[in-house]
Amino acid sequence: MKKPETAVTKKKKKPRSRAGETWHRLKKNKGAMIGLAIIIILVLIALYTSIFWDYNTMIVKVNIPERVQPPSRAHPFGTDDMGRDVLIRTLYGTKYSLIIGFGATAIGLIIGVLLGAVAGYFGGFLEDVIMRATDIFASIPAILMGMVIVCVLGTSLPNLLIAVGITAVPAFTRITRSMVLTIRNQEYIEAAKCIGTPNLKIIITEVIPNSLSPIIVVASSRIGSCTIQAAGLSFLGFGVPAPAPEWGAMISLSRNYIRTAPWMTLFPSLFIIIMVLAFNILGDGLRDALDPKLRR
Amino acid sequence: MIRYIIKRLLWLIPIIFCVAFIIFALLDLAPGTILDTISTENLTPEEYQRLVEEYDLDKPMVYRYAKYMWNLLHGDLGRGEATGLDVWREYISRFPATLKLSFAGLIIGVALAIPLGIIAAKNAGTWIDNLVTGFSMIGISMPSFCLGLILIICFSYKINLFPAGGFDSGFKSMVLPAVASGLLMAGTTARQTRSSMLEVMRADYLRTARAKGVPEKRVIRKHALGNALIPIITSIGNTLAIMLAGSAVVESVFSWPGVGRLTVQAVNSRDATLTCGCVILTCIVFVVLLLIVDLLYALVDPRIKAQYTAKKPKRRKEA
Repeated sequence: MKKPETAVTKKKKKPRSRAGETWHRLKKNKGAMIGLAIIIILVLIALYTSIFWDYNTMIVKVNIPERVQPPSRAHPFGTDDMGRDVLIRTLYGTKYSLIIGFGATAIGLIIGVLLGAVAGYFGGFLEDVIMRATDIFASIPAILMGMVIVCVLGTSLPNLLIAVGITAVPAFTRITRSMVLTIRNQEYIEAAKCIGTPNLKIIITEVIPNSLSPIIVVASSRIGSCTIQAAGLSFLGFGVPAPAPEWGAMISLSRNYIRTAPWMTLFPSLFIIIMVLAFNILGDGLRDALDPKLRR
Repeated sequence: MIRYIIKRLLWLIPIIFCVAFIIFALLDLAPGTILDTISTENLTPEEYQRLVEEYDLDKPMVYRYAKYMWNLLHGDLGRGEATGLDVWREYISRFPATLKLSFAGLIIGVALAIPLGIIAAKNAGTWIDNLVTGFSMIGISMPSFCLGLILIICFSYKINLFPAGGFDSGFKSMVLPAVASGLLMAGTTARQTRSSMLEVMRADYLRTARAKGVPEKRVIRKHALGNALIPIITSIGNTLAIMLAGSAVVESVFSWPGVGRLTVQAVNSRDATLTCGCVILTCIVFVVLLLIVDLLYALVDPRIKAQYTAKKPKRRKEA
């Protein structure tokens, strides 16, 4: 009884949905799957460490007798200048970098896509204003802009998110606008207009979903660079303030001990590199999967 | 072509106005003023008041902005509020260091990336290709300060080969920072070289060249690389611009006395004039560099050069 049924459903399933098709192609890409696995592991680490470890007693509590110890069995990554375990702090820091990577990209994506969609859909004066503003904004180097914004808002995690997110806006605005320009005159947009759909609804339900795949590609490659940029800002002292175990800030603090205690620098660096690498590999795979024409 | 250059350079004017406004507005919103940086403890109230008036802190932000722009129109970038030094001179005295570092990085990056990219494209799909792609991926994924600190640990503490920072020991002190920024550039450029070479490899004109007996080396060097060069130049130009502008991180790792660190100091001391000057000058460098990259296209690709010259008579007819 069961067998013919599955056969039928299998036959019916053959034309997959677009997401299904993308996932199917992504699954074949070994590198992308490794990247995805690493990201999932990092997300799990972030969740478990923040649930099971107490921030005050395990992460920031000063323990002077055990300061600057090399890696040992008790402290696999050694301890830092305050006697805190580098392994525990590094693992706990996963949370910050993940939040920054996803959060900053999300901020840039939402603002940028809306601006780009409005510019491309309405055209005319509004488009000119938005695109010229984007040009001007893009000509300010991102790290300088980030520094000034954090300086204004004060150093904290949400402010770092905003600073990095805002600098990601122009890329999204441009790609969305160019996509919208190609679909603005399609028949289904005209049809939606004919039945009296309000403009805002057309943008949200018709325009944006149909220009999604290049936006996803930009977003996936942005997560890595946002993480790097945020770590750089933290390193310069424009990031998450001191006792929090953000990787960039940890590395920045460890610089005074770099001669005697290189482990304080090495392990957080290693984690940053692994995380960004995973995001970049996954982003590459996603690009290949979404746009098979680009594949070589 | 000259029209195009002038048009692009004229774009700098609104950019400068807007950038200055953004910086002034943001720094005005920031908590704390320049007087927090200058020690004001031993001053009498009258002296303090005089300082407030000197910096126009009792007037609205727009007044200070207008005053700044008015001076800027007369070619005066003002004096740093904290240091009292001329902003233009300070920037110019720091700029060569940054330029030197960026170009050293550029040379290392290009010298590594283009051969690697070509080799990867020639052996597409083999282990050599995978190796190069892997390395360039790691290069892209490494924040410059991580790489810089790792280099310091390896080459200046474990084996005492190069100094860890500073500017004093000449060429030797430049090696590590240049390698740090060069390797990052190599990652992006090698990837771009590989993909645009692969694109060109299938073109008909390569088959023609091989068919008429052009030696393989020449096919690769002249016919393939020549046609694949445009996206590679774009990538190099963008990376160089980002390197010059974002030099703050590498410079602070290696205590390099360049403009990046100057900007960080300026922002940290809430010095609106110095920050604004640094950001404006860096923006100008950024924009000019991107313009140069655009012009390089014409130099590399005769087809684009033809477009520039072809446009001229057409426009005249319109006018």
